[in-house]
Amino acid sequence: MPQLISIAGLSVAFSGVPVLRGVDLALQKGEALGLVGESGSGKSVTWLAALGLLPRHAQVSGSVRLDGREILGAPAPELDQVRGGRVAMIFQDPASALNPVLTIRKQLCEALALHRDLQGNAVKAEARRLLDLVGIPDAGRRLEAYPHEFSGGQIQRIMIAMALAGNPDLLIADEPTTALDATIQAQILELLSTVRRELGMAMVLISHDLGVVAENCDRVAVMYAGRIVEEAPSNQLFADPVHPYAQGLIGALPPLDGPRRRLTAIPGTVPDPAHMPSGCAFAPRCTLAAEPCGLSAPSLAPIADGRAVACIRAEASRRALLGIAAE
Amino acid sequence: MSPPLVEASAISRSYAMRSGMFGRSTAVHAVDGVSLAIAKGETLGLVGESGSGKSTTGRIVLGLEPPDRGEVRFQGKPMAAPGTTAWRAQRARMQMIFQDPLGALDRRLPVGTQIREPLDIHGVGTPAEREERVRELLRAVELTPAHGTRYPGALSGGQRQRIVLARALATKPDFLVCDEPVSALDVSIQAQVVNLLADLQAQLSLTLLFISHDLRVVRQISNVVAVMYLGRIVEIGSADDLFARPEHPYTQALVSASPAPGRRSAGRIVLSGDPPNPAARPQGCAFHPRCPRAVARCASEVPILAAVGGNRQVACHLVMGAATRDAA
Amino acid sequence: MGRYFAIRIGRAALTIVLVVTFAFVVLRLSGDPALMILGPEAPPEVLAAFRKAWGLDDPIWFQYLDYFGAIAKGELGRSMRDGRPAIELVLERIPATLALTLPAFAFKIALGIPAGIYAALHRGSAIDRVVMMTAVAGFTVPSFVLALLLVLVFAVQLGWLPSGGQDSWRHAILPIATLSLGGAAVLARFTRSAMLEVLGQPYIRTASAKGVPWRKVVTSHALPNAAIPTVTILGFMVGTLIAGAVVVESVFSWPGVGRLLVVAVANRDLAVVQCILLLVAMTMVTSNLIVDFLYGFLDPRLRAKEGHA
Repeated sequence: MPQLISIAGLSVAFSGVPVLRGVDLALQKGEALGLVGESGSGKSVTWLAALGLLPRHAQVSGSVRLDGREILGAPAPELDQVRGGRVAMIFQDPASALNPVLTIRKQLCEALALHRDLQGNAVKAEARRLLDLVGIPDAGRRLEAYPHEFSGGQIQRIMIAMALAGNPDLLIADEPTTALDATIQAQILELLSTVRRELGMAMVLISHDLGVVAENCDRVAVMYAGRIVEEAPSNQLFADPVHPYAQGLIGALPPLDGPRRRLTAIPGTVPDPAHMPSGCAFAPRCTLAAEPCGLSAPSLAPIADGRAVACIRAEASRRALLGIAAE
Repeated sequence: MSPPLVEASAISRSYAMRSGMFGRSTAVHAVDGVSLAIAKGETLGLVGESGSGKSTTGRIVLGLEPPDRGEVRFQGKPMAAPGTTAWRAQRARMQMIFQDPLGALDRRLPVGTQIREPLDIHGVGTPAEREERVRELLRAVELTPAHGTRYPGALSGGQRQRIVLARALATKPDFLVCDEPVSALDVSIQAQVVNLLADLQAQLSLTLLFISHDLRVVRQISNVVAVMYLGRIVEIGSADDLFARPEHPYTQALVSASPAPGRRSAGRIVLSGDPPNPAARPQGCAFHPRCPRAVARCASEVPILAAVGGNRQVACHLVMGAATRDAA
Repeated sequence: MGRYFAIRIGRAALTIVLVVTFAFVVLRLSGDPALMILGPEAPPEVLAAFRKAWGLDDPIWFQYLDYFGAIAKGELGRSMRDGRPAIELVLERIPATLALTLPAFAFKIALGIPAGIYAALHRGSAIDRVVMMTAVAGFTVPSFVLALLLVLVFAVQLGWLPSGGQDSWRHAILPIATLSLGGAAVLARFTRSAMLEVLGQPYIRTASAKGVPWRKVVTSHALPNAAIPTVTILGFMVGTLIAGAVVVESVFSWPGVGRLLVVAVANRDLAVVQCILLLVAMTMVTSNLIVDFLYGFLDPRLRAKEGHA
C-alpha cells in the first residue's frame, strides 16, 4: 500500500542542541497513529519540523515525503498549499490557539479561501456547515463571535472545523484534549473519531496520555529523548510492551480498578538534550542496561510483523516482562 | 475506626461574581454543603472537573478561607479565628502543596533556604538544628543535601515538587492538603512522586486530603474518594471499589471518560453539553441537564447524599439505595 | 457603555483637580511671589500693596477656593508679571510648540513603528541589532544631551543649521530631530517587544498551520494584536504634545509653551503656571480617554466587557 507520508532520518537541533535525533515514521491513507512520550521527547517537534512550522533558527535535516514528494525545505508557496490543504494541525491550548481579535468567521473563511475554490456566499455557507458538523449550535450567529466567547471545548471544535476546511488527508492533533476536563475530552475524542471515519482522513494523535492514544489509534509509536523507541499496533503495545521505557510508562500508570499495587516508577529524569548520554539515551534509567548499551544508540529494528523496537536488550527485556507476568 | 483528625460539616462558600465590568453581581456557590471526615493517617481523595469546588473545599478545610456556613474541626476542636496565635499554631500542623511547584517557590532563593523558612518563622530549634533538619528533609524526599544549594530554575519539575513537599513537611504537620500535586508532571515522574507521598504518609502517619482531576492517581493514594460536581459531593466511597462500581451517573461518565490502555472506546458514555458553570447552577440535581438518565424529579428536587450499602453514599434520585431510603 | 465613559470622565476631572491643587500648594509653599517678581530690594509698602492687589494676603484656603471659583467661571487669572490674562499668554505660545511637536510626532511614528516591526521580524539579525542599539541609545540619552550633541555637530562643527531661535523653518529642524529621535527609539522598542510577544503566540502558529502565507500572517494576524500595546505608548505621546518640549525649547530658545512654563515657574507667576498645568492635565486626560476608546475598538474582549455595562 502506498504511504501517505513518510519521514526518514528527521533531525532537529536548536542552536546546536539536538532535540530530534533521527526519526523514521510512515503513515498510510486513513490510518490513525498515536505518538506518545513525555515532555521534551520530540513528539510535537517531529510534526512541526515536517510541516516547516519551527522557528527559523531551528536546524532541520532528513526527509519528509508526502505522496512521494519531498516537502522538507520546499518553497514557501508549496508548503502553504500543503499546510491546511493536505495536512492540517490542531494544538493543545484552546485559550490562545485562535486569534483573539478576529471573528470565528474571518478565521474559518480564511482557511476556506486558501484551499477551496469557493466564491462569495458559498464560503460563508461552507463555514456554517463546518461549524454544524463539529457540533457548535446556532452556527450562523456564532460565526460572528470572537474566540473569548467560547469555552475551551468549543474552541477545540472550532479548531477541528478549521482543520477540516481544506479537506486534508492527514490531521495532526497535538495534545488536543490535554487542557480540557475529562468529560469534554471524551466529547472531543469522539468528535475526532467520527470525522475521521466519515472523511477517511488519516490522523496522528500526539499525547502524553497512553490511554487516550490506546483507545483512538491503530498503531502507536513511543518516543524518548528525540527518538522512536518502540512502534507497534496499539493493542499489542499495551498488552506486551518490549522496550523497557514503554514497559516503564505502562507500569507507572495507576490502575483504575483491580488491586492496588505500588507503582513501578522509572527512576531518574529525562536526560538534558545538551548532555545526552552516549549510546542508548534511556540506559541511565534502565533496569536492564548492560555495558553495550552505553556504546552506540540502538536503531529501530523490526521484531515481529508491524512491530519494531530500538533496544539491544529487547530479548532480555521480553524475558523480564514474562518473569514479572509469571510472579 | 479512629475519630477523624479533620472534619468538615456542611461547609458552604459563595463568591460574588460580576459579569463584565459593571454587570450585576451574582452569588456563585463554589462549595455548597460539603461534609467530610478524614481519619488520622488516612487519605481522602477529592475528584471533579474545573468548577466543581474541590480546590475551594481544600482551602476551607485548611483554614485559608472561612466557610460562609458550616464548620471545620481539627482534632475535634473548631478552627481558630484566622490571624490569632492559636490559628498560627494550628496552621503549622497543616500544610498545603499545589500543582505548580515553580510558582510556589521563590526563584531568587536557594531551595534549601526555602525549606528552612517555615522553621525560621516558627522559631524551631537552633540555627544548626534547622540546617540539620533541612538535610534530613531533603533526604526524606529522596534528594541530596547538595540539591539544597540550587535554585528552583536549576531543578526539574519532579525535583521542585519534592522541594515543595520537603518545605511543607518542615514543621512536622499532621495534615497535608495536596491540590493537583502531580498534574503538571510527566507520567514516569508522577509515579515517583506518588510513591514518595505514599511512603512519607506511612512513615510520618500523615493525614491527606488529595485533590485531583485524575481518577487513577486519586485512587492510587486514597482510602476514601469523594466525587464533586458543582460544589457538592455526589458520590463518596472506598477507593477500592468506587471506580470499579460507580453508582452516580456522573461518576460513571467520569470513569468511562478515563481512557485505559488496551480498551477501545466502544460503549463509552459521552456526556453532552459544556462543563458546568458555577455561576449558572441548574435547579434540582445540578447534573440533570447532562445526565443520560435524568427524569422529571431530577429537575426540581435536589438529591441528598444517602448511604446505599457498604460505605458508599450517593446523591441521586435514581440510585436504588437512595430511593428506598426516601420511600421509607 | 455610557456609564463606563461617565466613570472615566469623572476620574479625569478628579485628576485635573488634583494636579491643579498640587501646583497651587507647591508654588505657594516654595516662595513669595511678591518677592520673586518685585525683587528683595522692593520697599515693604510696595510688597504689601502687590500682595493686596493679588489677594496674596488672604488666608491660603480662601485663595484656593477663590482660585477654583474663578476656574469654574472660566477665568484663569492674570499674569502677575504683566497683568495680561494667563490664558492669552499661553494660547499665543501653543502654535510655536505644536510646530515642533506635531511634525516630531509624525516622524516618531514613521520611524519607530516600522523599525520595531522590522527588528521583530528579523530578530537576531544584524539589522535588528543596529535598530536595538540605536533605540537603546536614543532611549537612555537625555534629550538635552542629544540636543547639545546635535547643536555641536550640525550648528557648531558643520555650520549647516542654526543653533537656536525661531526665524525660519531651518531653525525648527534640530529641535524636531531631537524630539523625534528619542520618541522613535521608545516607540521602536515598544513595537518590537509587542510584535515579538505576539509572534510567539500559539494563534500565529495556527495561522501558519492553516497555510496562510507568512506576509499575511504578519499583516492580518500579528499586527492587529501588536497594535494594542503600541496604542498605549502612542496615547502617552499625544499627551506630551503641549508640554513635552520643555527641555528642547529651552535648549534651542524656542518660544513655546515649555519655555513659558520655565520662566513662569522661576517667577512664581502662579496664574500662568496653573493655566499651563491645567492645559497639560487636560491633554493627558483626553489622550487617555482616546486610548481607552481605541482599546475598545482594537480588542473585542474589552468591547464585550463594556457591552455588559
